[in-house]
Amino acid sequence: MNKTRYSAFKVLKEALTGHKGWEPTWRDAEPKSDGYDVIIVGGGGHGLATAYYLAKNHGITNVAVLERGWIGSGNVGRNTTIIRSNYLLPGNEPFYELSLQLWENLEQDLNYNAMVSQRGIMNLIHSDAQRDAFIRRGNSMLFADAGCEYLEAKEVKERYPFLDMNNARFPIKAALAQPRGGTVRHDAVAWGYARGASDLGVDIIQNCEVTGFNIENGKCLGVQTTKGDIKANRVGVCVAGSSSRVMAKAGIKLPIESHVLQAFVTEGLKPVMDNVITFGAGHFYCSQSDKGGLVFGGDLDSYNSYAQRGNLPVVEDVCSGGMAIMPMIGRARLLRMWGGVMDMSMDGSPFIDSTEVKELFFNGGWCYGGFKATPASGYCYAHLLATDVPHEVATEYRLDRFRRGAMIDEKGVGPQPNLH
Amino acid sequence: MIINHPLLGPRDSEEFVYLGSTDLIDRPTNWEKSAAAEDFYQYQYIRENIAGDIQELWYHEQGDQSWLIVTRNTLTHEIKNVEFAQDFSRAKGRGR
Repeated sequence: MNKTRYSAFKVLKEALTGHKGWEPTWRDAEPKSDGYDVIIVGGGGHGLATAYYLAKNHGITNVAVLERGWIGSGNVGRNTTIIRSNYLLPGNEPFYELSLQLWENLEQDLNYNAMVSQRGIMNLIHSDAQRDAFIRRGNSMLFADAGCEYLEAKEVKERYPFLDMNNARFPIKAALAQPRGGTVRHDAVAWGYARGASDLGVDIIQNCEVTGFNIENGKCLGVQTTKGDIKANRVGVCVAGSSSRVMAKAGIKLPIESHVLQAFVTEGLKPVMDNVITFGAGHFYCSQSDKGGLVFGGDLDSYNSYAQRGNLPVVEDVCSGGMAIMPMIGRARLLRMWGGVMDMSMDGSPFIDSTEVKELFFNGGWCYGGFKATPASGYCYAHLLATDVPHEVATEYRLDRFRRGAMIDEKGVGPQPNLH
Repeated sequence: MIINHPLLGPRDSEEFVYLGSTDLIDRPTNWEKSAAAEDFYQYQYIRENIAGDIQELWYHEQGDQSWLIVTRNTLTHEIKNVEFAQDFSRAKGRGR
């Protein structure tokens, strides 16, 4: 068990004594032969958070997290690090607000520096219709105690003089801001949860791919892996990006398509923007990392894909969106770009639910909003796995909601996954 | 990606609009039967979402406005075959 407590004093002590007292952040484990109470399939942010909250909130510590590669090698390592709780619909907003509240206390809770920076997020408004929609969204946020701020064009211009206020197609009329939104050091989230879970007794097993489920009479008894069969009383799948592939091994088809989303970072620049700015009408969102790079992203590549890379037309589209609203970025050079595979659901909202197979649970369908949801996803999934009852803020995230006509379609585009 | 159009030759995928799997061709026809709700649910919302070779519908919006069936690998983006949706449907016994 890892007992090291991180603090400024510890850093100073280690600096003066040759850094010989540091221990591994978490314990690398091998599967136990007598099995587990709960197996979490997927060692990403959501899976590790689930294991942590199972142990911390529910006292269930005989837990294993199985990861095909190394922990944090999926979307928690490939996103644009934004956190916010600016949703409209009642099925979503309380969930994302719980997530933001958990982010606010994450570092103290985990004793791990995840660089949570509540620098604020600002959504630009370009028309009267959009203004009405955003004010409605703002009211929804106020109902959930998420807080928001409506900014007139003059205030937007004063704060961010580099924005093109008079773009011919998308003039900036106003903005809706959430000052509590911001960014987080994404890898540190996976490492912090891994450390927290490992300290509480959870086994984190890397390079252990789940190749099948042992199902008898409609009940899941464990998993087959590249390290042999492992027994479990309950299995929670948490592999967004590969959900359809993994659940197919249990014979379950999902209302999900996989799509690739690209993200970009420029070379390091001096500080130019102190918050997150989103240009939703042009599918462009941007923030500046602590290293100075502008981190930005845009739209999906639009065709089904499991490749963690995209194509050039979207690069051009995203960059031209950025140029339209923020012409100053034209002289910055792109340093890196990458793609991540998204579970795109049929209404743009996720799932945290039991399945038709007893003792097999599913968490996925996060579209491209999974990172900000990490703490609440783990919190609510742990609640479901421990108590059989959905957490009160996650009651709408059911797999059968399309059959019941109870979609949570935040964007209102219907069952066309590449448009959410 | 370059899509080799059967009539127009190699075309940039940007000229096309993507719809999805060819499963979407077979819209349920039993709307008056009691199984219709379930069939339409499966048709509209549930996806095979295969990692590997899939057959999918692309619409040549900025070209000759034909519907094409593209056989493409979702892991590598390699395109292996392109044919007209009309030919594909007729070969499966549909009227169009």
